[in-house]
Amino acid sequence: MGSPDNNLTDMNVPGARAAEAGRRMGTTLNTLPHGTEARVVSVDGESAVARRLMEMGVVPGAPVCVIKAAPLGDPIEVRVRGYHLALRRTEAQTIRVVTGDEVKP
Amino acid sequence: MTTTLKSPAPVLETAPTQAGDAATRPLTVALAGNPNAGKTSLFNALTGLRQKVANYPGVTVERKDGHWQLAPDLPDAQLIDLPGLYSLDANSIDEQIARDVITGRLTSVPKPDCIIAVVDATNLERNLYLATQLLETGRPLVVALTMIDLAERHKLEIDAARLSDALGVPVVPVVAKLRQGLDALAAAVLRAAESAPPVAGWRLSAEAERELEALAALDAPVNGDGITPTVAATTDAATTDVATDASARRYGALVELYAEELPEEAGHQAAVASARARLAEGNPRWWQEPLLARYNWIEGVARRTVRDHKPGRTRRTDRIDRFVTHRFFGPLILFALMLLILQTIFSWAQLPMDVIDGGFGRLGELVRATLAPGLLTDLLVDGVIAGVGGVLVFLPQILLLFFFISLLEDSGYMARAAFLMDRLMRGVGLHGKAFMPLLSSFACAIPGIMATRTIENPKDRLATILIAPFMSCSARLPVYTLMIAAFFSRQEKLLGVLSVGVVIIMAMYLLGIVVAVAVAWVLKHTILKSPPPPLVLELPPYRMPNPVNVLQTIRSRSWMFVRRAGTVILAISILLWALVTFPRVNAATGDADGGAAAATANATGSAPDERATTAGRDETVQPAAGASNVAEAVDGDAGEQIRQSYAGRLGHLIEPAIAPLGFDWKMGIGLVASFAARETLVSTLSIVYNVGEDATEESNSLIEAVRNARRADGSPAWTPLVAVSMMVFFVLACQCMSTIAIVRRETNSWRWPLFMVSYMLLLAYVASFITYQGGRLLGFS
Ligand SMILES: Nc1nc2c(ncn2[C@@H]2O[C@H](COP(=O)(O)OP(=O)(O)OP(=O)(O)O)[C@@H](O)[C@H]2O)c(=O)[nH]1
Ligand SMILES: [Mg+2]
Repeated sequence: MGSPDNNLTDMNVPGARAAEAGRRMGTTLNTLPHGTEARVVSVDGESAVARRLMEMGVVPGAPVCVIKAAPLGDPIEVRVRGYHLALRRTEAQTIRVVTGDEVKP
Repeated sequence: MTTTLKSPAPVLETAPTQAGDAATRPLTVALAGNPNAGKTSLFNALTGLRQKVANYPGVTVERKDGHWQLAPDLPDAQLIDLPGLYSLDANSIDEQIARDVITGRLTSVPKPDCIIAVVDATNLERNLYLATQLLETGRPLVVALTMIDLAERHKLEIDAARLSDALGVPVVPVVAKLRQGLDALAAAVLRAAESAPPVAGWRLSAEAERELEALAALDAPVNGDGITPTVAATTDAATTDVATDASARRYGALVELYAEELPEEAGHQAAVASARARLAEGNPRWWQEPLLARYNWIEGVARRTVRDHKPGRTRRTDRIDRFVTHRFFGPLILFALMLLILQTIFSWAQLPMDVIDGGFGRLGELVRATLAPGLLTDLLVDGVIAGVGGVLVFLPQILLLFFFISLLEDSGYMARAAFLMDRLMRGVGLHGKAFMPLLSSFACAIPGIMATRTIENPKDRLATILIAPFMSCSARLPVYTLMIAAFFSRQEKLLGVLSVGVVIIMAMYLLGIVVAVAVAWVLKHTILKSPPPPLVLELPPYRMPNPVNVLQTIRSRSWMFVRRAGTVILAISILLWALVTFPRVNAATGDADGGAAAATANATGSAPDERATTAGRDETVQPAAGASNVAEAVDGDAGEQIRQSYAGRLGHLIEPAIAPLGFDWKMGIGLVASFAARETLVSTLSIVYNVGEDATEESNSLIEAVRNARRADGSPAWTPLVAVSMMVFFVLACQCMSTIAIVRRETNSWRWPLFMVSYMLLLAYVASFITYQGGRLLGFS
């Protein structure tokens, strides 16, 4: 999974429709429904924050799941690599994810 | 620590020559690991020291050294505990401290002979990221696997032997609490410090490797000339291996190429810049390549070494969080916890406080009864016992406060509180990580201000430092309590459980928070403007608070309180007693104080006259003083003594300024003294209301004295409104020398501490003014 593109092709199960793929491409962690398992496609934010997120394991290919939002809607709590991380929505917005049944390795 | 000789023995056999080396030169060993991985727990177990341990990331923010007995016949190693870091590409100050020690950039600390990578077994992949970076440095490395007890409970099986094979370095499972694996760790460190350094097991893309090679070659010419002795041969290592040298150069190139900034070395700048440009052409996200390569490799390692026997289970932490961070219950629980803690502190502490109070009272009587009357006795009873005792009475409350704080810290709740409140922080432009330092400041602003080191952006950090002293710290507790006990304790309970006093104190805490938030907003929109800061905060799993950690926190913090009472407060008490006692007033009414007093009276008797003659304008004052003397005949000699003392004159001097806040000159003395440390208000009032009191009279408790204090016109000095005004002043004013000193150190300038003191004083004055004058307009007295 060296690069984001590799990942996408890995994940496209035979028969997945292009439209479906396009819809999935558009999802960011920010809008992901709670409890849905997803996989990171890319981290696009400002480089220092993106770097910090990736150092903490939010790299393309990593499974993520939004657990809940804080009472005032922000920040959100995310599970990644078996631990829990709190992110503000501005940061979550920079993380592109795909969902679907094929995310389970 | 090592009672068995078993583990070190093989080491001596395998490397006899180096063991001799180690015998002459103590090793330096550094603990490196992710925040909250258990470094300090391990450090404490290995060194016997008692550094702070708690269950949230960012507890340790400074370097700490200790002695570690590696083997009975070797000199102790210097073990260094460091702040946690997620990667060697450090952002914040605490991370930079850790990185600089690990990579040996500091001249003040010897380059570590061995690094212990502390890896949390329940969180292997993320923890291994730093470990892979440590491998890249080429320094001798040993992995200490912590939290294996938790991993076991979660049915996570980790194959330490395989992990060791994959990493190429020793992996030692340890449980610091139970002292398991410590000997094995010592043995592994001794071995690693003397064996060939590890090599990183992954490569980048062909293009990136080519650039690295080219950059690494920039430094090579000296060696490339064909002459083998290198310039770097001055290191005390016996042999400088050519291969080690090459790998060190590759590492240097890797750091330079992927760093955020260009290298400082002018010769490299152009080369690095052009290499980056070339890589960016092929892949716009070129800088992510090492990150991805490391994680890619880690995932492979994890697949081979970790077996999850119970995937997809809901952990205890998730179940607890269903309530604790619930949209509705979450904030409710937070608020209820605060109230509950305050209520408990006040109800539980009452009895022991009465006991201590009584104890000091009896001690004072005893000293009076046994010692001959005179100045020394007065100093002991009215200065030392009243002053220090007045503060020490509050020890039970301090103990309870720290008990609850340490429970919150060690359970994992702190990070949840930050999660719940972050929206508010964001609203005023504060950094997500600002919450932890602010929470710590409820105990004491000093550790709170130190904890701001975890905040990357200097402006965000400064804003947090400047508002931290608004959090009501433990030193304010005695002041609040005195005010409440004197004026609000006898009142009805609200809702049957909450006393009015607790509600008022809660209001004071909230006032501090609200003002802090408002000030932060102003700062972040004016002088400290910066882009909206991020929040990336790990929420650690809940843990049953470890009684050892809890006791340790209580012990060290309360000790600080007692030590302050025994040093700062003691010194100020003695000074104040002297300022209140001198110059001695030549009492015309027959003073039965004995020879000593008469002698002093003689010696100082001329003072008032001198004053009158040297300062001609004082003549108008003299009759006035005489008039009030008549008016306060009730007060007698004692009142006159204090009024004429140096402290009294000072109090009178500032009285016009503080009168609009409802304070009289005696409170003024306390107010001035309290700028050294807040508790001093209590000790000063003790002294001011005690000095010159008729010795035969049962020494009243401070509370009684406060209730009975009178102004010149005979009206009560303190009223509930004055008490509230005083509390408001204490919420907002920065009355703490230590805080000023620490802000000076952390900001490295006098500008910010001075700014902080002045704006806080201004706010305190204005708020107190509004409270008192507003209260009077509303008909309170
Ligand atoms: N169950 C269990 N808990 C541990 C173990 N080691 C540490 N802890 C707990 O983990 C938490 C963090 O421990 P610390 O030693 O403060 O961690 P640290 O790495 O120094 O943290 P920072 O200073 O914030 O970087 C504390 O609550 C410890 O009691 C362990 O082996 N098992
Ligand atoms: Mg620590």
